[in-house]
Amino acid sequence: MDLGPYILLATLEGSVTAAVLALTAIGLSLVFGVMRVVNVAHGEFFMLGAVLAWWVAHMVGAHPALGFAAALVVAPVLVGLVAVAADMTVLKRVDYDPERTIVATIGMLYIIQQITLMTYGPDARPVEPPFNSRLAIPWFEYSENGFQMYWPWGLSTTSYKLAVIAAAAVVLVGVWLLMARTKIGLLMRATQLDREMALAFGIPVERVYAIVFGIGAGLAALAAVLIVPIQQAHYLMGGDPLLLSFIVVIIGGLGSLPGTVIAAVLIGLSDGIISVFFSPTLAKILATLLVALVLVFRPEGLFGVKSR
Amino acid sequence: MSATQKMIALHGGLLGLLFVLQFLLPAYHHGNLARVMVLASYAIGYNIMFGYTGLLSLGHALFFAAGMYGMGLAVNLGGVAPAPALIAGVLAGVVVSAALGLLALRTAGVAFMIVTLMFAQAGYLAVLYFGAYTRGDEGFVIQQAQRIMWGIDLSDPANRYFAAYALFAICLLLSLWVVQRPFGRVLVAIRENEERARMLGYDVFRHKLGAVVLSGTISAAAGAAYGLLFGYVGASFASVQYSIFPLLWVLLGGAGTVLGPFIGTLFMFYLIDLSSGLTSAYMLIAGVALVVLTLFAPQGLAGELRSRIWRWLP
Repeated sequence: MDLGPYILLATLEGSVTAAVLALTAIGLSLVFGVMRVVNVAHGEFFMLGAVLAWWVAHMVGAHPALGFAAALVVAPVLVGLVAVAADMTVLKRVDYDPERTIVATIGMLYIIQQITLMTYGPDARPVEPPFNSRLAIPWFEYSENGFQMYWPWGLSTTSYKLAVIAAAAVVLVGVWLLMARTKIGLLMRATQLDREMALAFGIPVERVYAIVFGIGAGLAALAAVLIVPIQQAHYLMGGDPLLLSFIVVIIGGLGSLPGTVIAAVLIGLSDGIISVFFSPTLAKILATLLVALVLVFRPEGLFGVKSR
Repeated sequence: MSATQKMIALHGGLLGLLFVLQFLLPAYHHGNLARVMVLASYAIGYNIMFGYTGLLSLGHALFFAAGMYGMGLAVNLGGVAPAPALIAGVLAGVVVSAALGLLALRTAGVAFMIVTLMFAQAGYLAVLYFGAYTRGDEGFVIQQAQRIMWGIDLSDPANRYFAAYALFAICLLLSLWVVQRPFGRVLVAIRENEERARMLGYDVFRHKLGAVVLSGTISAAAGAAYGLLFGYVGASFASVQYSIFPLLWVLLGGAGTVLGPFIGTLFMFYLIDLSSGLTSAYMLIAGVALVVLTLFAPQGLAGELRSRIWRWLP
């Protein structure tokens, strides 16, 4: 097969990465935007979502679709509750001081990871997708007989992968509606704009913080549940999503939700396409250096607006 | 006794005690203490940036690894003798920390932490990427024959202990000296109130850069010594974990105290050593320690001592 189908395939795989990444990163971005803290344990909430998804699907045991549907609800809620508890017991007590929060969330990262290792073990375990039919994709080529349609070998996707992309889009619209159209979204935006003023107007800022932290972690867990039928659940799987979410949030402009989504699509797609042609390690090196340099020379992000 | 005399007595006493312990300790703890002293030197380097200047770096493994690989590659690929290899490691630390400082110090606060984290991650991935030379995750061993410096075999436990002791003593006294000097005082002033230090006419950027280079160089020296004394160079020393460890040690011992890094390293080392009999998930202890410390004792052990009993502690 020539180059075209390769790129199409890479774009499809990249869109799945981008969809999951957008969900994970939007959670991180929400937490940073509203609370002004960096949650280093975000990747572990992602991992926890995947592990819980395996556990729920395993418990339900019936038809894969049933187990998966249960996991889709239970895992994000449980992870969100864990995050709310962590917020109330730890982050609230260090007063959301940015530096101490980072140290505390690094601590949480190791606690969550190691407890998972001690209980769930070091194995990678799969979750069965609820539906998974292979869809072959045709390709058009111009030859001496005019346009011809043929089915290149290996050019295919699965219905589940397309469903992941659709589900991520739905959730992102949901987050936007939540922020733009509901009362709690209004409270969040007010807190984000001016914490002191929000407090003066009687907004329960601490409760808003706990909810935001819970939603952020829940979104990461949801992303993990969606990806776990494609990847397997493993206790060390939180590292890459954390790094990529950081990259996305920083490139997109710290705390800007639309910027985050655009950057996630960009990074997800380019990650898929780049790793077809280059070594994944080299791609990661370039991406991390890019982030560091963006922070140094353009701290408002590539799409962000310079603050006054 | 005046504060200066007390200070000399305390630090001299610690160095004297460590010297005597060499002859008293059983073999196992003897080896451990040598390791702790090298790692404590790393923590001393970290403390100059974090404790005294208030710059929280999440990427110190970059410096540690720069020293370690600067030394290791010189020995392994260049066939250089240990002494010049050590110097090569330290020089690698100077270059890397100066470059990082020039870039990262343009940012502050959370952005600074993320920038250092990202550069260290890029460094770690680079070690993996150039696996042909560095042997990646697997690492390489420095043979006993390559570890004989000036006719002294550094793989021998007693010699190794003295080498670690010498490194630790130099780093401890250097940091004690620096923080008493005007340079160190300015660093503390920057930590407490950067704007005020700038208004008083100090060149804040140059002082911070000096702190980064000094800190990076000490860390690199510790990394180079670690590779040489224990004979192994591997990518795990460049990973995030080795950036978190010095932060943990310094927080535990007491940031901004000269003795804190040693106390924290010793305490944490034995905590993990003792718990490894119970569970293999030893990083759990590190995680719990980090959370508990940020919650209850942000000043660390030596910091609490200073605020309660010994106000003169440097």
